[in-house]
Amino acid sequence: MFDDNNIIAGLEIGTSKICVVVGEQNAEGGLNIIGLGQARSRGVRKGEIINPEQVEEDLRAAMFEAEQMANVEIRSVYLGVSGGHIRGFNNRGVHPVVSADREISTDDVDDVVKNAKAINLPAENTVIHAVRQHFFVDGQDGVTNPVGMLGARLEVDMHVIHGHANRLQNVIRLVRATSLEVDEIVFNGIASAIALLTGEQKELGALVIDIGGGTTEYVVYSDGVIRHSGVLAVGGDHVSNDLAYGLKVPLSRAEKLKLEHGNALIAEAAKGQTISITNELGLELKRVNVEHLQRIMSLRIEEIFQLIAADLEAVGLTDYLRSGVFLCGGGSRVPGIVTLAENTFQMNVAPGHASAISGLTTALDQPEFAAAIGLVKFGSLKNRKRGARPSLVSGIKGVFGKILSR
Amino acid sequence: MNHETEISAAAATESSAPSVRIFGVGNAGATLLGALDGTEFAGAQFAAINTDAAALAASSAPVKINLESKLLRGLGTGGDPDRGRALAEEQFSLLKSACEGANVVFILAGLGGGAGSGISPVLARAAREAGALVLAFVTLPFDCEGNRREAQAQTALEHLKRAADGVVCLPSQKIFKLIDDNTSLIETFRFTGGFLVEGVRGVWQLLTRPGLIQVHFSDLCTLLRDRHAENAFAFVEAAGPGRAREAVEKIIAHPLFDDGRALAESDAVLVSLLAGKDLTMSEVGRVMEQVKRQCGHAQIIMGAAVDAALKEKLCVTVIAARQNAAPSGAPSRSEPSAAHASAPMHRDVAAFRSGSRPRRLANKLIQTQLPLSIVSKGRFDKSEPTKHNGEDLDVPTFLRRGVPLN
Repeated sequence: MFDDNNIIAGLEIGTSKICVVVGEQNAEGGLNIIGLGQARSRGVRKGEIINPEQVEEDLRAAMFEAEQMANVEIRSVYLGVSGGHIRGFNNRGVHPVVSADREISTDDVDDVVKNAKAINLPAENTVIHAVRQHFFVDGQDGVTNPVGMLGARLEVDMHVIHGHANRLQNVIRLVRATSLEVDEIVFNGIASAIALLTGEQKELGALVIDIGGGTTEYVVYSDGVIRHSGVLAVGGDHVSNDLAYGLKVPLSRAEKLKLEHGNALIAEAAKGQTISITNELGLELKRVNVEHLQRIMSLRIEEIFQLIAADLEAVGLTDYLRSGVFLCGGGSRVPGIVTLAENTFQMNVAPGHASAISGLTTALDQPEFAAAIGLVKFGSLKNRKRGARPSLVSGIKGVFGKILSR
Repeated sequence: MNHETEISAAAATESSAPSVRIFGVGNAGATLLGALDGTEFAGAQFAAINTDAAALAASSAPVKINLESKLLRGLGTGGDPDRGRALAEEQFSLLKSACEGANVVFILAGLGGGAGSGISPVLARAAREAGALVLAFVTLPFDCEGNRREAQAQTALEHLKRAADGVVCLPSQKIFKLIDDNTSLIETFRFTGGFLVEGVRGVWQLLTRPGLIQVHFSDLCTLLRDRHAENAFAFVEAAGPGRAREAVEKIIAHPLFDDGRALAESDAVLVSLLAGKDLTMSEVGRVMEQVKRQCGHAQIIMGAAVDAALKEKLCVTVIAARQNAAPSGAPSRSEPSAAHASAPMHRDVAAFRSGSRPRRLANKLIQTQLPLSIVSKGRFDKSEPTKHNGEDLDVPTFLRRGVPLN
């Protein structure tokens, strides 16, 4: 019934959960989400693997669930990566057009892109994405396709996202160990942005913040291209940890309190209110002040937003976000977080919904799955570009060739 | 406090006796002030400072400064030095103007409570800024008064040492050695106060009595200025044929000198002899020789004066200044003025210029550790810290920002 080539799977190994989304691409390139699998993640901290065995176990469970639901066999995945080691920056490549008639050829474009990718990275780092922004022909801004134009000097701006090679390889190796192949690795922030943003929003300018368990990724789009990206190794885990410390309760209890009584703003109703913590026999152990709980939480989440806002201010992108800020990830479920973000960024903030994809509405509505859905969408876009996918063997070669050559 | 002011202050006083102001701070200070005999201290100006209007009204001092705030409702500081300090800082200009024009300011206080511990350091700083030489005479609480008062007193003493030119400190507990079981409480306090009063009297006499070997105000300045020293103090009287030997024995056995240890550890000693007309050179020589033998390397300033009224009594005043050893606590954050931070540098510069005692200063440079509290990072304890602009984001935000939870 299904042809393997049309099945695209996105795998996100997150700090709090491992999730697999399966999509089916029809002949016209349209995408339909048909399966979803998730498992609680135990071997990951701040987006990076600390216990491969546990991760492998959880990964198999999530995979099994997704395969069952979609009724397909998953052979390869688009793998989302994150972690505090990942950085994004813009780089410009320059290439003089040497042909006699000054017409820019595809070779010139390839050369300038190559120049832009030739960047000084630390030896242990590798490029995850190098995304073309705009070309400049003799200083003329905003050229999207310079082939066929006349000019003497061709320049291109690239957004380069790079990370620690060994840490990225660790995840890839782990996925390969479960006899899955990795089509490509994708920065989670970009995946989320792809899932949430429409073309129009990318044109207008938007900031996507994915607040995960261990990391918070953010990506800025403007004029239809990625302008900025970054990762903060701070997320929902930090909120729980703060609560455990501040309220002097065990971490598991803090997690529960966060889900039940958490708020990104200090609610009027919470003032002076307390909740009692009981043990399994129903005896009261201690009382916790809800206002304190919400204050601790509010401060941490506000800080995350402030750090992002300061970063955007530093690169001068604050005024380009005309369609506003979009939130996703488990952290965006916190009540009041939209208002808090509006206060911090002083612009429109909306909880993001994976758009322009059809399929399981339960999956699409959940902000946690935005990155995984984005991975599938990323895969479908690649497929559409590439046309028919190459055979499996050459595909694998291609993937690893690419990863290693980066 | 630079050399210029020191010189001008000294020059101004060469012609006339220095202008002296004596402040009693807090209840204990007011009591001590009351114990000073007004006629003996003709020319000195007395002032009482308190936060408690009722106690101040009972004081006989001609000038009364009431530091009060609506917040305290006239109830005093309630034994909290922070309140006293806050009040004093609030009315800093008032304190400064009260010290204006004085060459020497004596501060009498009992440390451990709210007013004495809180106000004295601020008053000392105000007086120094007004250009006066500041000598503080303080008592420390008895052991039976509890740990809290003891701790408050020690903190206040540290602050006072940094703010004042010299501090004469009398730990009340040492008085126990000198009193017997039958001494009543009132007598004990009178006895303790008496020691301090003697100290004030000794310095007073030093400054005002015409001497054969004159101790100038400038000598006192040399001894104390910018040293922030802790001083041990003895005032002994002896009469009869063996009075010189008796006086020396009394000095060495003096409770405040810790069996002569204070002399051995001191680096500057001021000895002033006062006797009737029959004072012989051999007596002066005998006293000085013994003191010199006791105190080894210290710089000695000597003075002698004749007062016919003393007849055959010999009074010896010894002030032994011990340079503040490396501050026992690191500079506390509540320390309000940058003047303190620069004081040690002045001290070094002064020592360098005068070329004296470089050896002693050299081994006083001790690196101290900041009293940073170790915050457990909970579940992030073993993971790579998330550093952002030098801040460790794994530490709860509310702790880093110092948001109180109460």
